[in-house]
Amino acid sequence: MNDYRSLFADGLWRNNVVFAQMLALCPLMAVTTTATNGLGMGLATTGVLLSANIVVASLRHWIAEEVRIPIFVLLIAALVTLADMAINAWLHELYKVLGLFIPLIVVNCCVLGRAESFASRQPVLASAVDGLAMGLGLTFALILIGGCREVLGSATLFAQASLLLGQSFVFLEITLIRNYPGFLLMLLPPGGFLVLGFLLAGKRAMEQHRVRRQAPVAAPINSTA
Amino acid sequence: MKPEFRQTFSYPIALLGGVALMASAAISVADWLTRADIAQRQLEDLQATLQQVVPVAYYDNDLVRDAVTVNDGQRPVIVYRARRNGQVQAVCYQVSAPGYGNSAMVMIMSVDRNGALLGVRVISHAETPGLGDKIELSRSDWILRFNGRSLDDPPPSGWAVKKDGGIFDQFTGATITPRALVKAVKSGLEFFAAHRMLLLDEIVAGGKF
Repeated sequence: MNDYRSLFADGLWRNNVVFAQMLALCPLMAVTTTATNGLGMGLATTGVLLSANIVVASLRHWIAEEVRIPIFVLLIAALVTLADMAINAWLHELYKVLGLFIPLIVVNCCVLGRAESFASRQPVLASAVDGLAMGLGLTFALILIGGCREVLGSATLFAQASLLLGQSFVFLEITLIRNYPGFLLMLLPPGGFLVLGFLLAGKRAMEQHRVRRQAPVAAPINSTA
Repeated sequence: MKPEFRQTFSYPIALLGGVALMASAAISVADWLTRADIAQRQLEDLQATLQQVVPVAYYDNDLVRDAVTVNDGQRPVIVYRARRNGQVQAVCYQVSAPGYGNSAMVMIMSVDRNGALLGVRVISHAETPGLGDKIELSRSDWILRFNGRSLDDPPPSGWAVKKDGGIFDQFTGATITPRALVKAVKSGLEFFAAHRMLLLDEIVAGGKF
């Protein structure tokens, strides 16, 4: 149980795909112009991560070392194609928002990375949990970066969320400033790099701050915190 | 599985082949399951797009299914015909133009039987957000200024942005996008003029059409 909790902590924060592993930056720059896009891309990638980890983990005893990478790529590409068709056929509104980006999941190195470094060595259930945790961590990162860029770039939050999630989620769509002239830089790829850079710097500062505070307290264990 | 087989050279090959076979089988099944749905969704999308540029009063037929392919030079163009009581009232087709940075802009336009524009809409583009994207109706009504225009209105020299001596506004900070779009709409009208009789389904026997 504790094991799974640690997997979730890894996926969501300690070993976050974006903020710690620095993977998946290519789709990240392309998609995160709004929080809604980030959410959609994150959920789609989570689905693929989860199923890729399950498939790879259940085939792990048969996969020969020499050809493992081509097999992983093949499996991931097949899963993404399946997801692409299913979303196009049954969630067509979502497809219109995300359609272009779904094939990009194939080249998202975090999917291959988890297959190689986790699912090919671990049992199915642990791999499923890892895939889910990593996917949710990625989704969190995409929403955070997308939200920052959207607020700065067009002063809205979760614009068009109802297209993605259905009419009952209209309440998520917030316009912060009406007639905002727009801050173009944030919506273009440089905005993605800037926001990511500042978030990484913030995370790093937070960690250093924590280390500095913990160091002197190390000796007396039961003192007041 | 016998351990000896795993050591042989053919094991990885058989494995790769087996996985490839499995993956293709899964995709074939999924394709078979989703094909009808996807085709239906695309048809609905097309219908929604056509309805944006062709007023309802112009047709009583199933616009989407009344399509004819016309060769414009080397390029095949699919033309959808809006008929009322059997007579073609308007035609509707896609035109495309290289936009800013040569990324393709795709427009759909409809022309009535007299050669006047009923409407133009941009279906897809990769223009700069905030500058070139004023060609979208959701951001600006600029695109509506084509309504009612034809090849003689304005005269040929007027079919350009104001900066080039024409009558159409350019955008602040973006001239290339509207310039390309105006040119594409004009060539779309020329396409109609060149194939008018064929598009209107009025090829008279003995005429040179």
